[in-house]
Amino acid sequence: MIKNISNLGDAALYCDFGSEVNKEINSKVIRYFKSIQKENIDGINNLTPSYNKLIISFDLRKKNFQTIKKLIENLNITNDDELETNRIKIPVCCDENFSLDIKRLEEKLQITRDKIYEKFFGKEFFCYMTGFIAGMPFLGDLENELQAKRLETPRVKVPKGSVGLTEQFANVYTFESPGGWNIIGNTPQVIFDSTKEKNPNLINPGDVVTFEQITKDQYYNNNE
Amino acid sequence: MNKNYFEIKRAGINTTFQDQGRNNLCHIGIPFSGAMDNRNFQISNKLVGNEVNFPTIEFAYQGPLLKYFGENINFAITGDVKFIIRKKNNAIEGNCYQSFTLENGDELDIISTNKSVYGYLAVSGEFDVNYQWSSCSVNTKANIGANDGKKIEDGQKTYISNINKNLSNKKLNYINTKIENIRVIQGTNFDYFSDEGKKIFFEKEFVISKLSDRMGMRLEGPKIENIVDTNIKSEGLLKGVIQVPADGNPIIMLSDHGTIGGYPKIGVVISADYDKLVQLTPGSKIKFKKVELADAETLFKLYDLETQNLISQI
Repeated sequence: MIKNISNLGDAALYCDFGSEVNKEINSKVIRYFKSIQKENIDGINNLTPSYNKLIISFDLRKKNFQTIKKLIENLNITNDDELETNRIKIPVCCDENFSLDIKRLEEKLQITRDKIYEKFFGKEFFCYMTGFIAGMPFLGDLENELQAKRLETPRVKVPKGSVGLTEQFANVYTFESPGGWNIIGNTPQVIFDSTKEKNPNLINPGDVVTFEQITKDQYYNNNE
Repeated sequence: MNKNYFEIKRAGINTTFQDQGRNNLCHIGIPFSGAMDNRNFQISNKLVGNEVNFPTIEFAYQGPLLKYFGENINFAITGDVKFIIRKKNNAIEGNCYQSFTLENGDELDIISTNKSVYGYLAVSGEFDVNYQWSSCSVNTKANIGANDGKKIEDGQKTYISNINKNLSNKKLNYINTKIENIRVIQGTNFDYFSDEGKKIFFEKEFVISKLSDRMGMRLEGPKIENIVDTNIKSEGLLKGVIQVPADGNPIIMLSDHGTIGGYPKIGVVISADYDKLVQLTPGSKIKFKKVELADAETLFKLYDLETQNLISQI
């Protein structure tokens, strides 16, 4: 199922599952990721699944490219139906203090904000991967009418909790961070909690996420 | 309860608790972190009689000024660092790779690193720090690790427990050497670049920019031309990966890197050269030299053996 395995430097495997971004290819990546994770192989340091790649880094003191490659090629991979999927609802407030780029989107997409929200809220999104900053989910796919490019000049600080759109994807800024996504609202929901060491991420690859619009009052009264 | 502590009279520019780092979290967006220069980190611990992976204080450029209160304790500093120990009646300039004893009321003034970036302070005891995922390493971006995931600040106190009873002083004859040639393996998007761009990458000099920190090192030099696409579908990153964004200036990912990135990867710094790479200061000139995987593996074995030898000499 992996199209090609090559080395990324001297201490990592670069597993290529294809060049497109879609659920089918991403599900294969996630299946490999979960199967390898379960094996708990001594010497593997990190697994980084993404849309269509899986990077496996290892401790060069214990293993090398050839030994890990052989292990991965001979692994039993979990079947589709064994993958667990959580369904998660994320409340989002679109008050003007939060929807920093809604005007830009109205202009770029040539539709009203009400239309943007109508197409965004209630729709099911698939989590392709998490990362860049701790816990940030990369969710897809947005309808064609909602697809816009990144800001020409990225913000130096995107506020924590911001919900952003770019191309076919949506995400949530789990921490204040630089970034160039089009921000349409903010969630009071904690998406990443480092005190939960077993599972700090609310949203994990393979999960299904829906966003629900809330009022400003609901935003400030959110007690999770 | 705990009577041994440092009062931080001046925190320094980028002073954090670091140990060996944390694994198996890249998939949720948490990088390895850990001491930037792993060799110097380990040696500092061994010089004070600790296990090599105990928490240390890592500093960059300007270090902290610490006043010590408590029972006698040994400390050691590694790297290439100028520091002064101030006692009641005198002050002496200290040497790296050698342990010294601090008494109640002594001050340790870590003035600066000399033509290098990172230094390590280890003490013959345990810093009272919180661990997350088996590591105290501070990730300031996600506020993970010791000190609530933040840099050490002016005025705070840092407690120490379980001070070793044996305070015999130790020393290692070692000089932190520099490199100018950084050895790299071709990256997974090497063919995104023009023949001229590839040639430039392996032949021309690049200057390390001021915009460098624990997350990454930006380089300036002749532009590397991309002939395929200046973006790739976002995918995993690792320390040592060299990305080239649209402006043609390479960026080397370092220990606190974002775990996912969307710029083409032209190369990856070999593991054997990482400790030396991170010590290069802004303004330093470097060149990239191409090596094959098998050679990189051998070079790392030799480098690791050398580190183990140094540690066993202490």
